[in-house]
Amino acid sequence: MSDAPGVLTHAAVMTGRSLRISRRNLDAMITAMMLPIMLMLIFVYFFGGAIETGTAYDSYVMYVVPGVLLLCAGFGSATTAVAVSEDMKGGIIDRLRSLDVGGAPVLAGHVVASTVRNLVSTTLVFGVALLIGFRPAASLGGWLAVAGVLLAYIVALSWISAAIGLLARTPEAAGGFTFFMSFLPYPSSAFVPVDSMPGWLHGFADHQPITPAIEALRGLLLAQPVGNAPWIALAWAAGILAVAIGLSGVLFRIRTA
Amino acid sequence: MPETMIEAHGLTKSYGKPSDPVRVLDGLGLQVPRGEVFALLGPNGAGKTTTVRILATLTTADSGTARVAGFDVVADRHRVRRAISLTGQFAAVDATQTGEENLRMTARLTGLSRSHAKHRAAELLERFGLTEAARRQVRTYSGGMRRRLDLAAGLVGSPEPGVFFLDEPTTGLDPRSRRELWQVVRDLADGGATVLLTTQYLEEADRLADHIAVLNGGRAVAEGSPETLKARFPGHRLDLVLTGREAYLRLAARAVHHSPGTLTLGLPTDGTAAHARALLDEIDPHRTDVERFSVHSASLDDVFLALTGETAEEAAGETTGETTEPTEEPTHV
Repeated sequence: MSDAPGVLTHAAVMTGRSLRISRRNLDAMITAMMLPIMLMLIFVYFFGGAIETGTAYDSYVMYVVPGVLLLCAGFGSATTAVAVSEDMKGGIIDRLRSLDVGGAPVLAGHVVASTVRNLVSTTLVFGVALLIGFRPAASLGGWLAVAGVLLAYIVALSWISAAIGLLARTPEAAGGFTFFMSFLPYPSSAFVPVDSMPGWLHGFADHQPITPAIEALRGLLLAQPVGNAPWIALAWAAGILAVAIGLSGVLFRIRTA
Repeated sequence: MPETMIEAHGLTKSYGKPSDPVRVLDGLGLQVPRGEVFALLGPNGAGKTTTVRILATLTTADSGTARVAGFDVVADRHRVRRAISLTGQFAAVDATQTGEENLRMTARLTGLSRSHAKHRAAELLERFGLTEAARRQVRTYSGGMRRRLDLAAGLVGSPEPGVFFLDEPTTGLDPRSRRELWQVVRDLADGGATVLLTTQYLEEADRLADHIAVLNGGRAVAEGSPETLKARFPGHRLDLVLTGREAYLRLAARAVHHSPGTLTLGLPTDGTAAHARALLDEIDPHRTDVERFSVHSASLDDVFLALTGETAEEAAGETTGETTEPTEEPTHV
């Protein structure tokens, strides 16, 4: 009999599985990609002309792309909740547990696959953004920082999405829950400046986790001063990730008790 | 390896709110010697699945102890997991992976190297007659193929002859697939495996098991070899509609099923033509007392009603004068 494999082997095998399945669920993948792209086109061509974003931006497309990138991460990670929920509902989780595969590798497999999916779709959205006139001016360091912030958010949102998948009793409910997450970029500076919103919303819009990420991405991509926005964004991502990992650990134990 | 591969003592388990618990297992005990096929027979809600989940370490009992392959299912659960293979009620294979991918993945999870996993997957696909379908996604499989793959996946990493838990392996399968799966279980048993399977079908338990425990309300209400159980309740009944009350009274003592209102009596038979013919000749030599007859095959409900007196009253609910109510269409001859 072979030696008991470690957590890393389990996580690697589970990641391979999730990636294979994602590749075959092309419709989900295309939806996750098309929605942000369509939203970007709608905002740029339908609403953009009417949105006043200040003199710092040559055109609305320069303003809106960072928000669309994060929106894309939100949509993309939402599929993780559904996938986790489906595993918990069916016999898969019993089989995995009877093979002595723990909760962490199962979720990690989903999260890593989600991250890979999101990196692909983010790249595509970025490509379309370039086609419609987005002209970034970031330095090499800036690009690395952009990649870092995006990666941190994708991982954090994917893991929180996995936790939602454990929380929801059905895959349909899991899909519904993540809608709220995809909604977060709207009350932020993603599409319109926070100043243009009613006063009572400023407190929320300025201090919710998406805003510092958008400020950081926008500043870095357009080579504008960013202050400590990237650090605040990374702190938010780390905080979300920590909560998501802790929460999913507890939820996994409850669901499999 | 221990002589008793599966043993449980006094298992209890309740679900639901602490204030209003639903007792699923109520002091269940069982013993399965090495190499035996043991069937837990019972209706939905009898506690079959809960028993399997406790023995397979997926959940813990509220009280009682259980050992599988010599290891305690709580304290030594990791060793238990290495010794067993489980096939649950819900297919545990990915529909969007191919059969081969599912098996290779499972093999890798049990710790086989890539090349060994590939080899093992091919071997199992061959054994379960899935080689041709190996590279097709599972969603294109029939129910029977899916079950066979599921069983193969449960088998991937366990040492053979191992301990198998099969939770309702044939529920929802068409008759042909069911027969194919029965053959698979027989092959496992021939290879020396210890098998605990749950089923709602008397016929299935009869065909496969060396030993049957009839589960109801979370406890074993009857236990024994299929022969022993059948002796306590015949598998077939010859239901006779009699021409008069006199004949009814004369034969009532021999019957296992009484329906005075319709002048119907059920007599035990083995279901063969020879026996039915001989029985009819014996009880009605002048060919005047029996108007019509039909062969009734015992359903699980019949077994329950016969084996559990109190359940019979609850289930019958009303006093129709019948001791058993046929729940399946009798086979008319």
